[in-house]
Amino acid sequence: MEYLLHILILIGIYIILSVSLNLVVGYSGLLSIAHAAFYGVGAYVAALLALKLHSPFLLNIICAVILSGLLGALVGIPSLRIRDDYFAIATFAFQVITFSVMNNWVSFTGGPMGLPGIPQPTIFGLEINTHYRFLSLVFVLGVIVLWVCHKIVNSPFGRVLKSIREDEIFAQAQGKNVASCKVLVFVIGAGMASVAGVMYAYYISFIDPTSFTIMESIFILSIVIIGGAGNIWGSVLAAAVLVILPEALRFLGMPSSIAANMRQIIYGALLVILMLFRPQGFIGEYAFKK
Amino acid sequence: MTPALNIINVNKNFDGTIALDDFSLEVPRNSITGIIGPNGAGKTTLFNVITGFLPLDSGKITFNDKNVARMPSYQIMRLGVARTFQQLRLITRMTVQDNILLSFQNQAGEHLKNTFFFPGRVKEEEKRNEEKATELLSFMGIEDKASDLVEDLSYGQQKMVSLACCLASGADLLLLDEPVAGINPETIDNILSVIAKLPEGGKTVVLIEHNMDAVMQVCHTVVFMDEGKKIVEGVPESVRNDPAVLKAYLE
Ligand SMILES: Nc1ncnc2c1ncn2[C@@H]1O[C@H](COP(=O)(O)OP(=O)(O)O)[C@@H](O)[C@H]1O
Ligand SMILES: [Mg+2]
Repeated sequence: MEYLLHILILIGIYIILSVSLNLVVGYSGLLSIAHAAFYGVGAYVAALLALKLHSPFLLNIICAVILSGLLGALVGIPSLRIRDDYFAIATFAFQVITFSVMNNWVSFTGGPMGLPGIPQPTIFGLEINTHYRFLSLVFVLGVIVLWVCHKIVNSPFGRVLKSIREDEIFAQAQGKNVASCKVLVFVIGAGMASVAGVMYAYYISFIDPTSFTIMESIFILSIVIIGGAGNIWGSVLAAAVLVILPEALRFLGMPSSIAANMRQIIYGALLVILMLFRPQGFIGEYAFKK
Repeated sequence: MTPALNIINVNKNFDGTIALDDFSLEVPRNSITGIIGPNGAGKTTLFNVITGFLPLDSGKITFNDKNVARMPSYQIMRLGVARTFQQLRLITRMTVQDNILLSFQNQAGEHLKNTFFFPGRVKEEEKRNEEKATELLSFMGIEDKASDLVEDLSYGQQKMVSLACCLASGADLLLLDEPVAGINPETIDNILSVIAKLPEGGKTVVLIEHNMDAVMQVCHTVVFMDEGKKIVEGVPESVRNDPAVLKAYLE
């Protein structure tokens, strides 16, 4: 039973990651490969605050979102305002830098040894100390993220985002401040990714840099593409499938050393097959329209 | 009365190709000005420079007495300028109605603060805009296309939608790049009759067009340009019979 709850918690975390990245990549057309970096920023902020200052969960989550959002602005403003040809490269650079800070600033982040012993969170006196409670917390946060994303993409602002993705020049000709819309959506995505990071740190109670590599960014990007760029529910479904897949392999009795490689192969094959036969992903953007 | 648009000694070159050569033009309020000239004369470049999509090399452009040279495009548009593109631009994978809705200015719903904290206000505004969009589409005679994707429309209908977007923006100055090129005569009449009515609604129009009959039919002033220079300017009849123009159009 605990195992099942564990899987559901991981699915919840990946739903938050993929839905928020979908907002940036799928709806706005901004290719970011820094999502794992913001995920890591959230995890490290929460872990450091909890370990060093013993500050409460809710305060830590707020701090994580704010710092992650600020870093998002730091990356996004220069690369999106001036010319956005370099945006993907800027996010790549940020991903690499963030990883090396986590990995090399040993005295502060623990370096490759990571940060162990992150205490379990308490919310309004309720200790989150069972799998069931963690799942409930992830569920609540996941629903909030989904709700916010749903509101955004269905608002007039969401319409502007889509127009920017489809034809930036047209969007400008309609008087839209394209650069500031892009920066805003990137900052929101960064803030949401950090929420997943906070949950991950508290839940696993140990973090190290290997969870927040560029491979992780690419994994989250695969979820978005496999599920369907521009469709929130596609990301939800694909997050579930891609988290369950390696577990299923384990049940087939595959030794874990082979399963890890199999996992990569299957993700790769899944991407290729989808691109060939269903380029819009599991659920395409226009799935629910006529 | 000051002109709606005043273009003063504008120069623009592309790596040695002179696209605009000391070009000046005053566009009076509530008028329709036609710009004609051979391909490569610099007509589209003129629109791109006015709307800030291309930086000018030198000169001055004022809209309602405000210098718009070197302003970002979206700010120029917000002052009340709207344009269409020679290579039609619309969001083809959106519905006609959504394209129109995108064109309304100053939407509260485009600020996330309002979406989350004043959802009622956003909803009401959206409903009002939807009604306005329907009205506009009926005015253009394409209300039955409202929920079609733009990509499913004919070229002529798409041109009508791009004109409808300009109207939705509420702009005072409309820059139309070849509004009737490449479409059937019936749709041409339709579009021309819409354009002809614009000045009485307080709008100023500058249009680029190769179709001489269309230009003669709706324009109050015609400008003939070639190699980035203004060659002739005057009332339609006199420009059409100008030797330089006759020569260019006979070739
Ligand atoms: N973005 C650009 N880059 C380089 N050259 C351009 C560009 N836009 C236009 N030109 C050149 O400027 C000249 C005028 O073009 P254009 O304004 O499109 O003419 P028209 O609209 O009158 O046919 C042409 O020689 C064209 O090749
Ligand atoms: Mg042209």
